[in-house]
Amino acid sequence: MPEGKYCFRRPLQTEEDILHLLSDTRGTNYYKEMEELEVDTEALKKRLDATCKSRLRTWLDICARCGLCADSCFLYRVNDRNPEQVPSYKVQTTLGEIVRKNGNVDTKFMLHAMEVCWSRCTCCSRCAQYCPHGIDMGQMISYTRGLLYSQGFVPWELKIGSGMHRVYRAQMDVTEEDWVETCEWMAEENEEEYPGLTIPVDVENADIMYTCNAREPKHYPEDVAEAAILFHIAGENWTVPSSGWEQTALCMFAGDWEACKMQVQNVYDAIERLKPKRVVGTECGHAHRASVIEGPYWCGRPDGKPPAPYIHYVEWVAEALRTGKLKIDPAKRIKEPVTLQDSCNYVRNYGLSEITREIISYIVEPGYFVEMAPNKDYNYCCGGGGGFNGVGRYRAQRNKALKTKRDQILATGCKLVIAPCHNCWDAIRDLEEEFEIGIRWTFLKPLLLKMVVIPEHLRPAEEEE
Amino acid sequence: MYEFLTGPMLWVTFTVFIVGCIWRVVRYVRGLSWQLDRVAYRPHFALGARHALKSVFYWLVPFGSRSWREKPGMTILFFAFHIGIVFVPLFLEAHAVVAKQRLGIAWPSMPAGLADGLTIAMLVAGAGLVIRRLALPEVRIITTGYDYLLLAITMAPFVTGLACRMDLPGAEGWLLAHLVTGHLMLLAIPFTKLSHMVLYFCSRAQLGMDFGIKRGGERGRGIVW
Ligand code: SF4
Ligand code: SF4
Ligand code: SF4
Repeated sequence: MPEGKYCFRRPLQTEEDILHLLSDTRGTNYYKEMEELEVDTEALKKRLDATCKSRLRTWLDICARCGLCADSCFLYRVNDRNPEQVPSYKVQTTLGEIVRKNGNVDTKFMLHAMEVCWSRCTCCSRCAQYCPHGIDMGQMISYTRGLLYSQGFVPWELKIGSGMHRVYRAQMDVTEEDWVETCEWMAEENEEEYPGLTIPVDVENADIMYTCNAREPKHYPEDVAEAAILFHIAGENWTVPSSGWEQTALCMFAGDWEACKMQVQNVYDAIERLKPKRVVGTECGHAHRASVIEGPYWCGRPDGKPPAPYIHYVEWVAEALRTGKLKIDPAKRIKEPVTLQDSCNYVRNYGLSEITREIISYIVEPGYFVEMAPNKDYNYCCGGGGGFNGVGRYRAQRNKALKTKRDQILATGCKLVIAPCHNCWDAIRDLEEEFEIGIRWTFLKPLLLKMVVIPEHLRPAEEEE
Repeated sequence: MYEFLTGPMLWVTFTVFIVGCIWRVVRYVRGLSWQLDRVAYRPHFALGARHALKSVFYWLVPFGSRSWREKPGMTILFFAFHIGIVFVPLFLEAHAVVAKQRLGIAWPSMPAGLADGLTIAMLVAGAGLVIRRLALPEVRIITTGYDYLLLAITMAPFVTGLACRMDLPGAEGWLLAHLVTGHLMLLAIPFTKLSHMVLYFCSRAQLGMDFGIKRGGERGRGIVW
């Protein structure tokens, strides 16, 4: 069968497309059809010629097959050191094979490659730090996902997710109206407690333009409110764009590079339209990777930078605490053992390990912060990265992967985990559900709100003495 | 035969070896693409270069990188093997003599005892690498015949060279074998995975730039990628 009714090579372009695929519960028919989906070897070969250049080919060629990357991969370790989880093996048997055969691979192979690329690697790039040749298997798997996606071999949820980005410029069906309404609603909801609180939409030349993760307006609107309250307390001159507010890119996990470009261009357009001094993104790792680290390249910005300085939420928090825009009530600092999840995407892949610890120094009573081991740039993935969290087909594998973080947390003895990354936060929630180790987990925003000093003039009238 | 292998053929081999290596590097650099690799090589060249050098350097120092420190056994095998393979052929007295006589080049050399020691260490390490490949499941699964072949190609000139040095019976045969395997190794470098002799510097530098320019070089502290 060349292509099926549910499973086909072309991306989802319209709302109907998305609804059609969503109607196929859990992708049952989708995966069934995939078993017979033909590979367009000509197209695959063309894509290889156009995109597989010297860096990837050299990496494939000179890999010394030394196995030094094995221990670096949490999936190898957590899967009882199964040799099939050695990063080099995973790449050589997928991308390596496609390149050796110059695209001449069959459906069975593609199904296998899909399983490897989405259930045996979270593209966390930890292995890149351990390879003598500087081979980054995370990037190679990510590249391979692009090849697979172009042929229609992609997990159902991610096919839909990247379709969402194409249709709504958001990972979920949150429209511009939904977004603006949520902002208004959240401002109203909290106005009483914080007089003067607003969520200003589309203000030009503000100091800060704020962008977030579509899950926030969709499922956790209080997160939007918390961001607003903290900006309000800090006295920031800020705004949100009516369009271009969504910062994530599930299409990046899907390997749909075209959608990645559409998605981030929308954010950059908002920056160019509103001309903020800088942009602050929410507590999300992959959002930061998409819009700040990789996004400029998708959009062809030669300097590799977004149109305005674009910082991660932790950078804004550290700065606000450092400059006294946010003041912590010493009596309310955390006085229980607490640990911190270093998100791969903005720590290992963006260098923000120290700044998160600076935040800790303000909000945790000295002596109560316990580091995970390993940590900072060497931290392991939470277990749900790279789209792993969202793919039903690989739930069992994902749950196993969570054991790494579970054991790291257990070893700290802490009951509280600070996780300033959406995806890590989700993974930690899931691991608690799965293993019930009795922990709590939190973003920075609600924590800060509990301990920040509210300046006199911002308090509600009746509280004034 | 000896005359030929240390005369005209030496020129041929050296030419193929050097031109081949240069060609591999040129092809590598030309195949880089800032947009496909997602690294803005040019606009942040100084930052990138700094981290590229740092990355190359720390991985060339025994125990210089975290990876080397976490795997001390492998590190010792690796460095014993590579130090021998690089320095013995370059600075062996007998080679300096040939260079002087046949090519008219004055070349420095190292004491014979040191050369012997390094050769033996290299061979022992080579054997260790073979055993490691066989013994560790995570290495066995990625090892192919090609990897053993390359180990054989690199170790053969050392085995035969050592045989000459120890005056084993059949001296002339050993010398000839040494010459042939030596040529073979040099010729194999540009065309096989042994090209990592030069490409290591390229890919290592590339990752240093990648992390240096876009993945935190400006913000991270003291990490070697
Ligand atoms: S550490 Fe690097 S060279 Fe060694 S097997 Fe892994 S990817 Fe290949
Ligand atoms: S990128 Fe992460 S998950 Fe993937 S192979 Fe490397 S260490 Fe393992
Ligand atoms: S979810 Fe968090 S820990 Fe996991 S790969 Fe992404 S950033 Fe890393």
